[in-house]
Amino acid sequence: MPQKLKEVDVVVIGVGFAGSILAKELAASGLTVVGLERGHGRHSVPDFQAPAIHDELKYSIRKGMMQDVTREAMTFRNHHREVALPMRQWEAFLPGTGLGGCGVHWNGQAWRYQEADFIYKTHIEQRYGKKILDPDLRIQDWGVTYQELEPYYDRFEHLLGVCGKAGNLNGKIEPGGNPLEAPRSREYPNPPMKEQYSGALFRKAALELGYHPFLQPSANTTRPYTNPEGMTLNPCAYCGFCERYGCEHFAKASPQTVILPVLMKNPNFELRTESQVLRINLDSTGKKATGVSYMDAQGREFEQPAGLVLLTAFALNDVRMLLLSGIGNPYDPTTETGVVGRNYAYQTQSYVPTFLGEDVHLNSYMAGGASGTVIDDFSVDNFDHSSLGFIGGCYVLCGSTGARPVEFHPTPPGTPRWGREWKDAVRRHYNHTAIFNLSGTSTAMRGNYLDLDPTYRDAWGLPLLRITFDFPDNDVRMSRFVTHKASEIARQMGAKIVVDSPRTGPFTTTSYQSTHNTGGAVIGADPSTSVVNRYCQSWDVPNVFVVGACNYPQNSSYNPTVTLGALIYWTADALKTRYLKRPGPLV
Amino acid sequence: MSEGPNSNSRRNFLRSSLVLISTATLAGEAPALLGNPRAEEPHRFLNESERRFLLAAVDRLIPADERWPGAAEAGVVNYIELQMAGAWGRGEILYRHGPFRKGTPMQGYQLEYTPAELFRRSIHAINAHFTSQAKSFDQLPAEEKDAYLSTLEKGDIDLDGVPSNIFFDFLLQHTVEGFFSDPIYGGNKNKIAWRMIGFPGAYADYHDLIDKHGIEFHREPLSIADGPGYHSMISKTEGK
Repeated sequence: MPQKLKEVDVVVIGVGFAGSILAKELAASGLTVVGLERGHGRHSVPDFQAPAIHDELKYSIRKGMMQDVTREAMTFRNHHREVALPMRQWEAFLPGTGLGGCGVHWNGQAWRYQEADFIYKTHIEQRYGKKILDPDLRIQDWGVTYQELEPYYDRFEHLLGVCGKAGNLNGKIEPGGNPLEAPRSREYPNPPMKEQYSGALFRKAALELGYHPFLQPSANTTRPYTNPEGMTLNPCAYCGFCERYGCEHFAKASPQTVILPVLMKNPNFELRTESQVLRINLDSTGKKATGVSYMDAQGREFEQPAGLVLLTAFALNDVRMLLLSGIGNPYDPTTETGVVGRNYAYQTQSYVPTFLGEDVHLNSYMAGGASGTVIDDFSVDNFDHSSLGFIGGCYVLCGSTGARPVEFHPTPPGTPRWGREWKDAVRRHYNHTAIFNLSGTSTAMRGNYLDLDPTYRDAWGLPLLRITFDFPDNDVRMSRFVTHKASEIARQMGAKIVVDSPRTGPFTTTSYQSTHNTGGAVIGADPSTSVVNRYCQSWDVPNVFVVGACNYPQNSSYNPTVTLGALIYWTADALKTRYLKRPGPLV
Repeated sequence: MSEGPNSNSRRNFLRSSLVLISTATLAGEAPALLGNPRAEEPHRFLNESERRFLLAAVDRLIPADERWPGAAEAGVVNYIELQMAGAWGRGEILYRHGPFRKGTPMQGYQLEYTPAELFRRSIHAINAHFTSQAKSFDQLPAEEKDAYLSTLEKGDIDLDGVPSNIFFDFLLQHTVEGFFSDPIYGGNKNKIAWRMIGFPGAYADYHDLIDKHGIEFHREPLSIADGPGYHSMISKTEGK
């Protein structure tokens, strides 16, 4: 028999960036808040300290910081005609777990989205007409604009201490920054990172070809910085162990370094780790949440009543929780009815391995997670697509996040996979090869969606999430075009060998691409095509808010975290200034 | 919550505790002799015939050359043994619920075997194949070993329920892991693979070096096992 606990004002499911910021804002407003985190509690000291944290096998290869796949996996198929099978280990993407969530093991690439992203359907149709869209694409507007989110972007960037140089300050183009970025209201809180050698070579070549290179905005701090919450960050040491690792130096912005200690000091907040939420409970009308049921590490089930439920887990797990709880109508791709699971999208990544020759010592193991020099000329809709026959684009980044050798030992095409020749090639190219990373838009498509698997279950007996996904032809054409442009830059750098490697289908679960899984609980103005309204509030159950990359109706070229930060503060503001005064639908 | 307010002071403390290290085995110089590859065997998973096959196989996947030892000398078989005896080998980092069905290549590994079961089953099938011909894989000439490994790689053989390309990919993956992982896992003995490519290892503060573009950076690589005091002295030394 589940034990029923004392009611609190707010329960938060998942304590990463979204959970910790929303909990902090609401606890500071005087509400009682319980944070339920399925993973371990963990802190910069002692959990992320060197030298033990610099363990490539444990963290990069065996995925030491990721969701426990033995208990909760996901199933996958490319098309709804196939039988989905479980991803038995994490490869293509890496959902985190534990206190701080993915905010611990991210790289800190700190991008804003473009104005066009938030009005994507309107913008594309106005500029090119509807005919540019393949019939099965399902792009849509967010229902909230860049201009509305700008103050919240600014707030999140200052929480993190983002490092960069403004390129567009209130509409005025600034030297040294990204001239193609959306206008920002003030300068970045900290100066950009140091430039790597590969980035400097890329910068020169990109300039020669007429592009606009700049240093990637980063949440790996470049100088001592105290954020508005009073938390102090240290400069990044460029250790080369960032993505998939915690930061020993208090340099990478994470919930642990920017907000959690402030939240934990508030007596209105209680953190419960090792607490696996099973479902959000609804009353008999199905229109009101009464709290959540969860299980602790000893296998005891609890019911935690709450007036307000905030769903702030990883994007894919947010969607699964809605489906497990019966909140919103599940999407059906055959009839195109229902919304939960609709518009699942990803990130269209491609690479350009650039072999520079043995006289060029790149020393790529000297790296911050968000190091790199980048051009934005081919992102989203920053270039004219009229005669190209596709929408979307990529940023082109040259830099390294570390050259850890189990993962990184590039060899030129034609090299055998093993033997003497392979070994010689690894030795000859290891320190002399740059790999461009192209991060591309992912266009929502009718057949790409999330639902519950009919066969496979988690450790608590609940259905796993089922992912049905393949790359739309549009995105494959996009990747081919932009990757070719990037290869021209690589050749301009004087590379001996350039490997033009656009993304091609089918999507495979067997190689890492990106953890930017988006959609499935999308934001919008129309309840027939969105799960939450413009304040991330469930259309169906107004005392449930869902805040995550699951809100994105399609994915942009950029890393999603800073846009999520803007949505988090935007939602916090709506909760504090409107919802708490008058609980109910905000739209 | 106890978030340390300032790790600079900690780093400065560590920097002050200088330790002298040998620079005798930097990349670019002759590697240290690694001794007998059969020494330091853990004896926690492999039997003698399994070990003999693996020593011979990894020696072809990453062979020794005139200058640099190969996977066998670097202790990769010890690495594989320890991995198979541990949580990974036991399948404790895999979703293991059935039903087990054959999937598409895009759906990844779908066999019911744990990594340890997969290794053992495959190697037994290979050894049985050679025994039936009164041969042993490890006794073949190098060209014949390579030809047989290539046959496995193509997936033409059923290894008692394991398609041979799955076993081959698995063996190659673990060989590369063992060669390049931190020596605390049993391979990469004397950090030989890191010396070969010039990776400085688990050491990690390049704040003052990252913008010295193009330097030839030769430094004794550091293992996790070298400890924090050993790591700290590096900050005072520079690349060329």
